[in-house]
Amino acid sequence: MSSEVLQAPLVLEYPFTRSTGPVIGAFLTGLRDGVICGIRRADGTVLCAPQEYDPLTAEPLTELVEVGQAGEVLTWAWNGDPRPMQPFDRPFAWALIRLDGADTSMLHAVFAPSAAEMSTGMRVRVVWRTEREGHIADIAGFEPIPAGEAA
Amino acid sequence: MSADRSTALDPLAAPAALSAPVTLPEALAGAEPVESVCTPIRMTYTYTPGRALSRYLRAMADKRILGERCGATGQVFVPPRGVSPLAGAATSEVVELADTGYVESFNITRVPIERRPDLKPPYCSAWIVLDGASVGFLGLVINIAPEEVRIGMRVRAVWKPDEELETSAANILGWEPTGEPDEVITDYERIGRVDASDP
Repeated sequence: MSSEVLQAPLVLEYPFTRSTGPVIGAFLTGLRDGVICGIRRADGTVLCAPQEYDPLTAEPLTELVEVGQAGEVLTWAWNGDPRPMQPFDRPFAWALIRLDGADTSMLHAVFAPSAAEMSTGMRVRVVWRTEREGHIADIAGFEPIPAGEAA
Repeated sequence: MSADRSTALDPLAAPAALSAPVTLPEALAGAEPVESVCTPIRMTYTYTPGRALSRYLRAMADKRILGERCGATGQVFVPPRGVSPLAGAATSEVVELADTGYVESFNITRVPIERRPDLKPPYCSAWIVLDGASVGFLGLVINIAPEEVRIGMRVRAVWKPDEELETSAANILGWEPTGEPDEVITDYERIGRVDASDP
């Protein structure tokens, strides 16, 4: 009898489908249609990604507004060893990006050639996937805007 | 105790943010709204079965089913894990079992499972006790309408064609009726249990 150790791939998957509600639903509707939405607080500031409740006052929020498709990197971390299902199959940066017109930042990927090309305060712009379905991955990631080029 | 029910929060009411109307930017006027999102959680393992299950899986490639006997109680467990779950001791003997047995309990599934198009509802999963085994294990009952499956029904394994056999429990496609008289089960309380005094 063979003494070779048997092994087999075992994939455990929970294929959840979540209801989005009107606020997250509007954000995802926008992504599908190539528009990025934030949501306005009572004091006029804009949260992006939008949230259903005001994080300070707990008031329900309802006024979705369009924000820009370029913004500023507030902080970042280099991912030198991407795993399957992550946004990019080569090393990239995870970054908190504050889009123009928004007052908060959201987490996404920045496709920079190396960590040396990343810096706090750098300008980036959205890279859309061509086929979009209403999912955060409709944004493939963000790319650095070369210095001197208009956003 | 005089709770004012008219002002009490209704625990079943939708949260405000899920019921309040929202206003959309002009760019999304008239857009078909997204109302759900698929967010699978996936874990990918490499599974190594260990010695007892490896013996069992290798025997499967020859269309044989191996159980293992508890030296303390004489009970035979399948699939074997190398230990007796009752005595907590290593099993003492490998036992070859028949590929026939009976349905101890069953369930009919009427809801499809995504990514298992091979499981067409309605289908019947059953707890099958092999001849010579002390416990049941899970299998599909096939080649019979699910409504006709009954506790005590005698079944035999339906194996894959010889050229498709692997070291895998998937070699058993399912269990079909043998046509023999049903097992008579009198002690329904016992179903799903292992009685240490009844080897």
